[in-house]
Amino acid sequence: MTSNVNFLAKAGLQTLIDNLVSLGYECIGPQVRDHAIVYDVITNIADLPVGIIDIQSPGQYRLEQTGDKNYFRWNNGPQAIKPLVFKPEEPIWSCQKSPDGNLRFEKNMISVKKRAVIGVRACDIAALFLQDKHFLHDHNKDEYYRDRRQELLLIAANCTKSAATCFCNSTGDGPRAHYGYDISLTELADGLLVHTLSEQGENVIKELELRTASQEELAEADSLINEAAEQQRSLPSHNLKDMLFSKLKDARWQQIAERCLSCGNCTSVCPTCFCHSENEKPAMNGEVSQHTRQWDSCFSQEHSYIHGITIRSETQYRYRQWLTHKFGSWHDQYGRCGCVGCGRCISWCPVGIDVTEELNAFANGA
Amino acid sequence: MKPRVAVHKFASCDGCQLAFLNAGEDLLTISTLVELVHFAEAGPVDPDARVDIAFIEGSITTPHDIDRIQRIRKNCKYLVTIGACATAGGLQALRNYANAEQWVPEIYAQPEYIQSLDTSTPIRDHVDVDFELWGCPISTQQLLVVLRDMLSNIKPHIRQEKVCMECKRNQNICVMVTQGSPCMGPVTQAGCGAICPGVGRDCYACFGPSENANTTALANRFEGFGFLPQDIIRRFRFINNNATVYKAEAEKWSAKND
Ligand code: SF4
Ligand code: SF4
Repeated sequence: MTSNVNFLAKAGLQTLIDNLVSLGYECIGPQVRDHAIVYDVITNIADLPVGIIDIQSPGQYRLEQTGDKNYFRWNNGPQAIKPLVFKPEEPIWSCQKSPDGNLRFEKNMISVKKRAVIGVRACDIAALFLQDKHFLHDHNKDEYYRDRRQELLLIAANCTKSAATCFCNSTGDGPRAHYGYDISLTELADGLLVHTLSEQGENVIKELELRTASQEELAEADSLINEAAEQQRSLPSHNLKDMLFSKLKDARWQQIAERCLSCGNCTSVCPTCFCHSENEKPAMNGEVSQHTRQWDSCFSQEHSYIHGITIRSETQYRYRQWLTHKFGSWHDQYGRCGCVGCGRCISWCPVGIDVTEELNAFANGA
Repeated sequence: MKPRVAVHKFASCDGCQLAFLNAGEDLLTISTLVELVHFAEAGPVDPDARVDIAFIEGSITTPHDIDRIQRIRKNCKYLVTIGACATAGGLQALRNYANAEQWVPEIYAQPEYIQSLDTSTPIRDHVDVDFELWGCPISTQQLLVVLRDMLSNIKPHIRQEKVCMECKRNQNICVMVTQGSPCMGPVTQAGCGAICPGVGRDCYACFGPSENANTTALANRFEGFGFLPQDIIRRFRFINNNATVYKAEAEKWSAKND
């Protein structure tokens, strides 16, 4: 960390939230709901998951109260920032029959709030940058995504522990956030280290009671983050494209398909997956129709439906599509692997299929 | 001339017909777009009228039902089943596993007045069906889509994706992953709005099988959670017990149980 790292007492978090609110931000933060950590509106630090840690394994996610005073000792919940910028479902335009028989199209306008998200992880930021590449490329910027993205202020929390499902160290995306945040926090035993990367971030922290962090505090942060980097899972290598594309006929795809529910939970929780379908919602009178888009998945039948045929009717081809795209052809499309090592697809797969296990098996020719 | 529509009832609870009656303002619109010639629950009664679309609620459980559905089929251009009963035989298809000769006299004082078949079966087993809408009860929203699409002369478009997709779009927290609940969502068709997981309980498959349902992988997972074969059989042998894939999965576990 650089020298402009400051120390903030834990109680100062409340002032941070208050500052955000008075600067006009809607403050989104981690909280416990229905047995998981979710991001939602927050105004009081008492609503943060104090003392909570997440125990994750393939197909399993449990929260545990440790009784300590840490706000950010958990790793992640089912969703990263994706739903805040890429809505699970939203109308994009509507179409109306005019009296003269012509069709009139109208874009759905959205109004966007300034939003600050507290507790964002390094992998979440990496995923957001990947989604930027998809939604904000050159000429075809997605306006809905762009408008929401522009208004985001990101307050990162460096991971001081890893879940058993994490492998960001292997993708190079964590556990420490290096870019993309406005403010970063590293939680120590009795305070937080604060760092900023933007003017907006500076503006938010300028009235906090900060002092320059000591060498000991910096060392404590380093050692915690280094510990978090000791992870149980890893990818066989950075670029798996050639390996995967040489295995298109492997019998393992069918073996996975026997276990896979083709349910799409993995792609829905994946912070980089961006596939969606577009659907028409006609009003009963047949005069108006609303065109909506919604999260879709390469695991659904309609995802590969093209005038009369379903290209990937069997699960083995759907799973192969997910893996070969995410870990293979993303390299051509976006210049890097589509995975940031958050481990969500492992924990939230109802039957506990583990991408790292499958990829290693393919790489080792098993 | 407005398209003529009939809504018929067989063995059922009437809940799917309520999907029409609960349509609110859209019901008024429907009444201006079509002529409702037979819909006993709503008023008009003319069971033998010729119609463009006949909606069928309920399963076939009596000899009289068999005659009736044949007549309806002859009198309509399109036949659409609504709900688990008409589409899969309904909850009452559980009787297909029981011996009617034995239990009917145990329940009814004068069993000679009961004239019923040994089985409860879906409409498809008796006549050609043009479209099947699943659900127990069906969703008003989906019913309106089917009707609207038909009025627009297009094949009704209802996605057969899994409940999980809807559940995740609603940002519900997975009850299987966080609580080890035996959720049927991964093998069940979406359309309900993922209501049950939305309130923290497991889906019980009232919308019937989704496309590409891997019932065996799910049942194996339930077993891994500690459920016994008889518990697993009950998950599949419920509202849509007679739906082909659920029935087959239950039979597999029933063989293990023996
Ligand atoms: S593929 Fe899995 S581990 Fe990688 S970013 Fe997506 S959800 Fe996270
Ligand atoms: S890998 Fe798991 S989460 Fe993904 S579709 Fe298959 S069963 Fe569902």
